[in-house]
Amino acid sequence: MKLRLKVWRQKSANDKGYFEDHTLEANEHMSFLEMMDVMNEELIQQKKEPVAFEHDCREGICGACSLVINGQPHGPMQGTTTCQLHMRHFNDGDTIHIEPYRANAFPVIKDLVVDRSSFDRIIQAGGYISVSTGQAEDGNAIPINRNDSSLAFDAATCIGCAACVAACPNASAMLFTSAKVSHLALLPQGKVEASRRALKMVNQMDEEGFGRCSNITACEAECPKGISIDNIARMNREYLSASLVGEEK
Amino acid sequence: MGWFSRFLTSSIGQKLIMSLTGLFLILFLMVHLAGNLQLLADDGGHSFNVYADFMAHNGLIQFVSKGNFFFIVLHAVLGISLWLRNRAARGGQKYAVTNVRAVNTHPGFAKNMAVLGVIVFVFILIHLYQFWLQMKLDNVALVSYEGGAELSDLYEKVKIAFLNPMFVIFYVVSMAVIAFHLWHGFQSAFQSLGLNHKKYTPIIQFLGKVYAILVPLGFAIIPIIFYLKNS
Repeated sequence: MKLRLKVWRQKSANDKGYFEDHTLEANEHMSFLEMMDVMNEELIQQKKEPVAFEHDCREGICGACSLVINGQPHGPMQGTTTCQLHMRHFNDGDTIHIEPYRANAFPVIKDLVVDRSSFDRIIQAGGYISVSTGQAEDGNAIPINRNDSSLAFDAATCIGCAACVAACPNASAMLFTSAKVSHLALLPQGKVEASRRALKMVNQMDEEGFGRCSNITACEAECPKGISIDNIARMNREYLSASLVGEEK
Repeated sequence: MGWFSRFLTSSIGQKLIMSLTGLFLILFLMVHLAGNLQLLADDGGHSFNVYADFMAHNGLIQFVSKGNFFFIVLHAVLGISLWLRNRAARGGQKYAVTNVRAVNTHPGFAKNMAVLGVIVFVFILIHLYQFWLQMKLDNVALVSYEGGAELSDLYEKVKIAFLNPMFVIFYVVSMAVIAFHLWHGFQSAFQSLGLNHKKYTPIIQFLGKVYAILVPLGFAIIPIIFYLKNS
């Protein structure tokens, strides 16, 4: 299949970027990233600079791959990451726009690679539980409601890829932060620090310069793991009660 | 008070303000519509004028109406400031291709709430100038029923305004814009408060759609009926 690619090139955060045109003969069984590899092989053979993009596990669980493909983070398929997207979902002769995530909190490092360390700082602010590690406890010692453990696990499937920010017209990081707040707050081990966690993670999220959620729900629609905005409502509850009722200032 | 101002300026604190003011305005719209539907009573404006006089002179109503003005301004000013902040957060370089999808709301309305809101705000200013301000400035003729006290004949003012087809179109289009704003806004207000529940959210979403259609429709039929009846 013959493709026309319009790929974003940008030398560094301070340089002005532009779209570079490529025509490519791709195979429909390739993954999107393999197609990008083929393009880079061609660029290297032509003694040109290959396109920088992020990838790691290539099986949809690490959260490293990104890309906004024809206006959608991780491309047109739902519930998959870019590495799980296959060229058979495109047609011969298609023009494909490939852009980096665009948000102030994610400055471009090079080409399609953006700096997502603002997410790390949100986690560092409170996305953990403080435990004095003693003897390993019996797995069934703490009773956990089946429904809560399912909801916590659903939230915990967030791979931190930041597609939610890329999809949000406001560049808000609410879905990511709320998934992290939720997956810990729903379980007894995490509940102890739930108020403090919600306050700190939301404050850090605001400080990083993300936009503010207006419930557009594009985040849920584009999330490769199908994280629900129910988590955002839960974080709103956690934050409201921590701010207005909790004693921590 | 450090914690309180930090709360009010936080992303979730500002959601709370947008949500609560929005819900107040949703309640106000219902009361306003209930009053306005008296314009359709076939009594030459008697019941509407008596109602308007009551609203203009009742102390409690006047107190709530001050709050209403304040909430409209707060909702608008904060809404616009959030819009500007969110545009900035997107960064200088916009996507070349955009394709926004959404779950349980209309993506076009949801992402353009500020644009719809600004149109609604301009409508409110014109609407206030046309009726409320004229009443305050005593630019409305007086009428008395069965030898009673003289009342402002606001009904006549409305009748004259809606003889002009341009005003009729302006009102109907503005009501459509309010309907779009409510289509997203109604359920969004509940989500912002954290009121999201497997049992109740589908009901809220349904009620929101019913409200977003029926209330603006109720307002919109008034100028249409006045125009058809009187021109």
